[in-house]
Amino acid sequence: MSRGLDYEVINENVKRVAYAVRGELYLRASELQKEGKKIIFTNVGNPHALGQKPLTFPRQVVALCQAPFLLDDPHVGMMFPSDAIERARHYLSLTSGGLGAYSDSRGLPGIRKEVAEFIERRDGYPSDPELIYLTDGASKGVMQMLNTIIRNDKDGILVPVPQYPLYSAAISLFGGSLVPYHLEETANWGLDINNLRQSLNEARMNGITVRAMVIINPGNPTGQCLSEANIREILKFCYQQKLVLLADEVYQQNIYQDERPFISSRKILLGMGPPFSKEVQLVSFHTVSKGYWGECGQRGGYFEMTNIPLKTVDEIYKVASISLSPNVPGQIFLGLMVNPPKPGDISYSKFVTESKAILDSLRKRAHIMTNGFNSCRNVVCNFTEGTYLLCLLSHVFIPQIKLPPKAIEAAKKAGKVPDVFYCLKLLEATGISTVPGSGFGQKEGVFHLRTTILPAEEDMPAIMDSFKKFNDEFMEQYDDKKGYSRM
Amino acid sequence: MLRRFAADKAKHLLRPLCSSLLPASAAAADLVSSSSPFCTSSSAPAAMSSTKTPPVSVENINPKIIKCEYAVRGEIVILAQRLQQELQSNPGSRPFDEILYCNIGNPQSLGQLPITFFREVLALCDHPALLDKDQTHGLFSSDAIDRAWKILDVMPGRATGAYSHSQGIKGLRDLIAAGIAARDGFPANADDIFLTDGASPAVHMMMQLLLRSEKDGILCPIPQYPLYSASIALHGGTLVPYYLNEATGWGLELSEVKKQLEDARSKGVTVRALVVINPGNPTGQVLAEDNQREIVDFCKEEGLVILADEVYQENIYVDNKKFHSFKKIARSMGYGEEDIALVSFQSVSKGYYGECGKRGGYMELTGFTAEVREQIYKIASVNLCSNISGQILASLVMNPPQEGDESFESYVDEKDGILLSLARRAKTLEEAFNSLEGVTCNRAEGAMYLFPRLHLPHKAIEAAKAAKTAPDALYARRLLDATGIVVVPGSGFGQVPGTWHIRCTILPQEDKIPAIVSRLKEFHEAFMAEFRD
Repeated sequence: MSRGLDYEVINENVKRVAYAVRGELYLRASELQKEGKKIIFTNVGNPHALGQKPLTFPRQVVALCQAPFLLDDPHVGMMFPSDAIERARHYLSLTSGGLGAYSDSRGLPGIRKEVAEFIERRDGYPSDPELIYLTDGASKGVMQMLNTIIRNDKDGILVPVPQYPLYSAAISLFGGSLVPYHLEETANWGLDINNLRQSLNEARMNGITVRAMVIINPGNPTGQCLSEANIREILKFCYQQKLVLLADEVYQQNIYQDERPFISSRKILLGMGPPFSKEVQLVSFHTVSKGYWGECGQRGGYFEMTNIPLKTVDEIYKVASISLSPNVPGQIFLGLMVNPPKPGDISYSKFVTESKAILDSLRKRAHIMTNGFNSCRNVVCNFTEGTYLLCLLSHVFIPQIKLPPKAIEAAKKAGKVPDVFYCLKLLEATGISTVPGSGFGQKEGVFHLRTTILPAEEDMPAIMDSFKKFNDEFMEQYDDKKGYSRM
Repeated sequence: MLRRFAADKAKHLLRPLCSSLLPASAAAADLVSSSSPFCTSSSAPAAMSSTKTPPVSVENINPKIIKCEYAVRGEIVILAQRLQQELQSNPGSRPFDEILYCNIGNPQSLGQLPITFFREVLALCDHPALLDKDQTHGLFSSDAIDRAWKILDVMPGRATGAYSHSQGIKGLRDLIAAGIAARDGFPANADDIFLTDGASPAVHMMMQLLLRSEKDGILCPIPQYPLYSASIALHGGTLVPYYLNEATGWGLELSEVKKQLEDARSKGVTVRALVVINPGNPTGQVLAEDNQREIVDFCKEEGLVILADEVYQENIYVDNKKFHSFKKIARSMGYGEEDIALVSFQSVSKGYYGECGKRGGYMELTGFTAEVREQIYKIASVNLCSNISGQILASLVMNPPQEGDESFESYVDEKDGILLSLARRAKTLEEAFNSLEGVTCNRAEGAMYLFPRLHLPHKAIEAAKAAKTAPDALYARRLLDATGIVVVPGSGFGQVPGTWHIRCTILPQEDKIPAIVSRLKEFHEAFMAEFRD
């Protein structure tokens, strides 16, 4: 008789899940690290792990909230600026018992109000705090929504390819069907509505009820920003096809240019007026893990619901209540993020200096990496006359690697997917730990790897040199000049 | 133009139609409302889709969500919150001036103070720049400063804002393993530990792993903490109840467990695991050692995983009982990894630390294969990691100040103060409930709750029927309306059919207890006067 946790008898959905960001490459990199090899982890958007310093102000505020006895000390003013002290008192007053008490299962009402005010300032339309739920990171919110929508394997979710593999993993876990729609690499990873329609129709022909559509804007791993026209098309599409739109907007603060600013899906939706504005169901996600805050370890995030029936909201609340509440320090980080120091505040100039330094450095590193990749043999970093750079938004980067047939053969012999083969060799030669493009989805015969732009600026040139040396040697070894994987 | 996409990837992701997921039971369908405000969109122009149902409505969301319930923050609490708002806008509108939330184990929301040493360390880790300042030594105890340095040293780059290893920071898991070993006298392995945002996500992970369909069952104590019933429903499994014996202080009788197991099997249910909550919630009993040994033997024989919810391990109020982890019991019986699969859940939310809002906890898994461990790791990795501050706190809880440390004495004072006070409140409230006509209340040997039984008069049962509510829900509602005290009806936890209970926490501060007791007595007398046969 099999025992409870024998491999053969565990949930098949669990076995089906694949999450490449912490998959094979990462595990191998961790092994090598244990053996003493220096590893540069570029596999996950985890800025603080690569030397980015936390912003001072939020850390001051949360430290004071953790240890309120500090607020009673007469010397506290010598160690903390007065606006941090005031803000700590403010957030503590929003709790009922400080950081150690479960909050409302949706998050502290006072912070949800701050989030609503942020959304209103950003978009120009009012937002209802009752429809904003704070979660332990945006991922938990995404999982909750997908779990709510998916009933069985006949329910399909439209997901961009390439995508951040949380979506594929969650859909597998909840037993649904992933319906891929392809982004156009040659058009800057743009969205072609015809692609979308075709994917939808194919799925329906296979008996799938397509329930929702995911957009990741700004894109992960692709880094593109959807145009206003694109988003409008998508919203109309969702209206016509009765899909709920799940808008992953966690990188909205990683924009380094003005030509294509971030516009929230909600703003566009409300601007379209009825019937769209009143009928299209939309859930928007945000986090403290990205932007220039990069506070991944705090696990702070929220989702905002638009046009979701109240009875459904009640069910979503019920499920949230089973986990009691999101972590309170993470909620405070979120409040601080949407409500940072303002001009005139004592901490304002330091806050701005720190933020600007981070954003400028990210922009510089993006340049170094783009140029570095494009100088490598058989590597193309997608940009068109600077458009890519103009749209460069997130922490991630996705050069295309044109693998020669001999390399693909060698990969097959080794029992590996070609880009996994390449990335493992890269790792072993240079210590650079990336995520193979197959982890995100890509067109057949086209290979990528995903790397972040997060390694420290001073290390960048050496990293790119190291990559080039490996890549050009690899290509020399396997290139037979007959032809290679093409787009 | 033909678009070929990564065909094998797509095929892998587009699952073939299969029957591994059975649809939810018919009961769920009954609960689905037939009237949704969005069912007809009379004002909208003709849609191009073939159905009028909006994409996300109660008719077409995951029926397992409709099916699951969680009473701790359920109906009575929603009512209480409304009353609270009423009181704020209209003071004096009720015969009480505040709502007393006795529904949820949330100590710090009712005035319990956090342990100073823990908060010192956390503040320093949240803002490590403090460690470079001279004034810090005047504000923080030296052992807190030391501990903060030690913790930062096990964190790559000393970065407290980075995602960690998906099981939690290795150095912190080492500390926790050491703490477990010190507690039990048997070794613990850092690789067996998964740090999570509270114990609840860990429970969910295990249910996800174990439940393939409705044909998979989990043995749960009745009464139980409704996370178990909710997560089993959410993950599409079957709850197999085993009743605790109220007459013997909520004793866990193996004969009852055996009976339920056989019954479930005869109905075609594959029973996968046994949940045991020790100390118990809502029942508060602490298992005797030989009871625990019986359970271990039983689970070993029947191939069941033991899911040991041990979050109240530091909440014991009687001298004749001690906490023994199931792992310790199993190892002391000579059982190793090959003999029994065991999961132990611990949390920073309970004990004397009561840090609910931090969401810290872990599960320790022993006795399962590397392959299965990989799968659990994979699921954990999808969420990347649990919050770092909670991880740090878990390591502190399992490694508090030791004799000789600067903070040791004040730490012991704070800890003992809280635990002794909890023991006093448990006793006072137990006596108060037992003094009420028709109410019997077992001792709370541990945990944070009392679960008195209401022997309700026939008239009350009839009134409840007429109001289409459970009798204990009626009682709880009336109690709220008359006194502002919020308790959870026993039906939220499960009980022997035909019996009624309420769960009341022992957490309001001591100075509030006399008022609670007198209001409770007054209410109960009036209730019985109204409904006495």
